[in-house]
Order: sequence, then structure tokens, then C-alpha cells
Amino acid sequence: MTAATTPVVIDRTNLKEFIARRVAKELRDGDFVNLGIGLPTLVPQFLAPEVQVTLQAEVGMVGAGPCPAVEPDPRYVVDAGGKPASIRLGGAFIDSVTSFTLIRGGHVDATVLGALQVDAEGNLANWIIPGKMVPGMGGAMDLVVGAKRVIVAMEHTQRGEPKILPRCTLPLTAVKCVDLIVTEMGVIEVRPTGLVLTEINPEFTVAQVVAATAAVLTVSPNLVEIR
Amino acid sequence: MSKLLSLDDAVAKISDGMTVMFGGFMGCGNAHLLVQAIVDSGRTDLTMISNDASTPGYGIATLVEHKRLRKLITSHVGLNPQVAVQMNAGELEVELVPQGTLAERIRSGGAGLGGVLTPTGIGTPIAEGKDVITVDGRQYLLEKPLRADVALISGYRVDRNGNVWYRGDARNFNPVMATAADLVIVEADHLVELGDIAPEDVVTPGVFVDHIVVGGSL
Repeated sequence: MTAATTPVVIDRTNLKEFIARRVAKELRDGDFVNLGIGLPTLVPQFLAPEVQVTLQAEVGMVGAGPCPAVEPDPRYVVDAGGKPASIRLGGAFIDSVTSFTLIRGGHVDATVLGALQVDAEGNLANWIIPGKMVPGMGGAMDLVVGAKRVIVAMEHTQRGEPKILPRCTLPLTAVKCVDLIVTEMGVIEVRPTGLVLTEINPEFTVAQVVAATAAVLTVSPNLVEIR
Repeated sequence: MSKLLSLDDAVAKISDGMTVMFGGFMGCGNAHLLVQAIVDSGRTDLTMISNDASTPGYGIATLVEHKRLRKLITSHVGLNPQVAVQMNAGELEVELVPQGTLAERIRSGGAGLGGVLTPTGIGTPIAEGKDVITVDGRQYLLEKPLRADVALISGYRVDRNGNVWYRGDARNFNPVMATAADLVIVEADHLVELGDIAPEDVVTPGVFVDHIVVGGSL
């Protein structure tokens, strides 16, 4: 049995935190950022103290919390998932038209969101599994079209099956929109020539990462340990 | 002429089969009393235009639960499992629209435009059957305007002219929906006197608003 076919057994504890910690290093001081639900919401806690970002929430917030809260009533301030939220001092409440003017109009520096599938061209599928899960796209289609940088933060595989494919098989959220993929195995850049592994989690071998990726994966000559 | 209406008189303006816009985002900014009054009145066969279907037991989800909707035009139903159940049973038609596209379709409906050109949805199932128009080398989908018979919006402070000030992010789809319906009814958490909302702070000017129902927050 070669290394490439050795089943990968990884500790799933803190896996989301591991991915979020790496994503946090992608954000720059002053960035205006929209975070998807789930894993991406863990990112702010891993930002370096000198990196201050402003969070956008599609429900209508510039400067989404956690704190300090200036709005005490949870009936009037919710996050994108409808849960009670807060707005930062100096933030602004905006209506949905303005919210998506920011999102679609190229005013958001980066968005971080999960994926069902990503492919070699940077196509993204994350909103529907026909016949199984039809939640709707919410703001995701606008976000990945409009944000300057689209970062996919996800587990590398789904129950052992690759999620990074030569071509997405699920209906797309948008075409050629993904810039960077961060998983527990490493960091993959989407370049015009294809996918390039630039950083690797030392718990894995290159062969294991390649084996868990269905798309062609070029290994960067400057491959480094995940930051 | 006073814009004030009782809850019953407001619901009497809504008929079975109408298309109704509901402001709000996951229940935040729904006109909660009007929603409940519609349910109580037995109105049915409605087409609802709303960002989402809320979550069971809260706000507009009650209309889903009581099967008062024929069609739902919305961006997200993932947090209300009752929608999928009714959709799979063939009881409810659902048209999914990207959230930003939904906002702009409503805006164009209210602004007298023939639709909007958006890059959102190009290369996805959303583009099926729609015109693709190239402007300066970039492809856009032509998305058509949305209007409704009635828009039900929710404001925190509303004066007797119908000027509205929203609290927190309960604002969301309310201001744009107030522009895009033949009849606009605002549910006021607090009815205030003229001048209590400074003209600079009015978000939705009262000219958009036909009727005011004094609600009180839920």
C-alpha cells in the first residue's frame, strides 16, 4: 500500500478552529469582511490584535458585533442567521438594498464561506443538493460575485469523499469566483493554471493531500508548513 | 385624512389570492400583529414575497405553518423546515431568488424601472430562461421587477403622516418594499407625533405609506 492510498485518520477535535485560525491570517487590518454562517464565524477570535476588521452582515449591518453592544434588544438586532446580535460602536444599520450594494458592488474586501464543492476553475457549489437540501442561496451568490476576495473555509473531504473536484457536479453558486481554499490539510490557491498547494499541515504528507483532492493539484515549489 | 386603521380594517384590505410583500429578516422586522391577524382572518392562497420564511413559530413562519401560501418568492428557506415539507408535497411553490437580486427586483418595481442587470447568477441554475445582456464586455442577467398588491412593513416609530424610523436591523427589506406595492400598510411599534421623527431621520417618507396600524412590539 502506497502512502497515497493510506486512509487518513485525523483528529477532528478543534478542526474548525484550526481552519479558522489559518483563515484569520488572510485578513488585513482595515478589511471590510463578510463571514458566512458556521465555521467562518470563528475567524474573528483568531485575528492578531493589530488586525482590526469591520464585519458586514447582509441583514443590514456595517460593523457587526460581538461587542460592545449599543443595541440591547435582541428583537431588533439579529445576525444573518436570525440570532440575537450586536453592532459595534461606530457601526451603521442599513437596508437590504444598501447591504447588497456593498456586497455586489465590490466594496467588501473579503468573504469567507463554506462549500459543498469547489473545482479546478474556482467554481463554487454551496447552496443546493437537488432532491435533498434546498435551503436557498440567501446572499451567497451575490457575495461570491461581488467580494474582492473569496476564501473557502471547509473540511477537505466529506465523509472521505473529495470536495475539491475537477469540475463541480452540484449546481453552481457562481463561476470562477474562488481565490483561496483553506482546509485542515493545507492552503490551496486558485490560479488561472489550476489549483496550487502552497501550504501544508505537517500532520499530512503531500501524497495524502493529493489523494484527498480529486482535482489536479500542483504542489508549489515554495511549499511551506501551514502558517 | 387619517391613515390610521384598526387591525381588522387593515386585514380587510387583503383578499385571498393576493401577492403580499412582508418586510423582515428571520422574523426581525416582520409586521407581527398583521401576520397573526391574517392567519386569524382565514386569508389564504397568498403569494408571499419575503427575504426568508423565518423560523417555525416566529413571524411570517405562521403563514407557512397554517398553509396560507400558494407561492413563496424568497432567498432562503433553510431555517424553516415546513417549507421543504410543503414544497415536496406539491402544496407550496417556491421561487428562490438571490438576496441581492430580490432587493433589486423590488427596488426596480418601486422605482419604475424595467428590471436590473446583475452579474449574480450567471452560470448557475438561476440564469435559466433569463436574458443575458453583455455590457462593456461583462455578462449580466436581466432580472425583472417585482411588485405586490400589498406590502406589510414594520416600523419602530411612525408618525401620523406615515413617516417611518426603523430600529436596529429590523430595517432590512422594509424600506424598499414600501415603494413597490399598490397598497402599503405599516405596523407601528410606536405611533408618534409629527416632528418626533426629525425630517433628516425619516427613512421611509410617509408618501409611500397608505395606512398605519398601531401595533406595539411583540
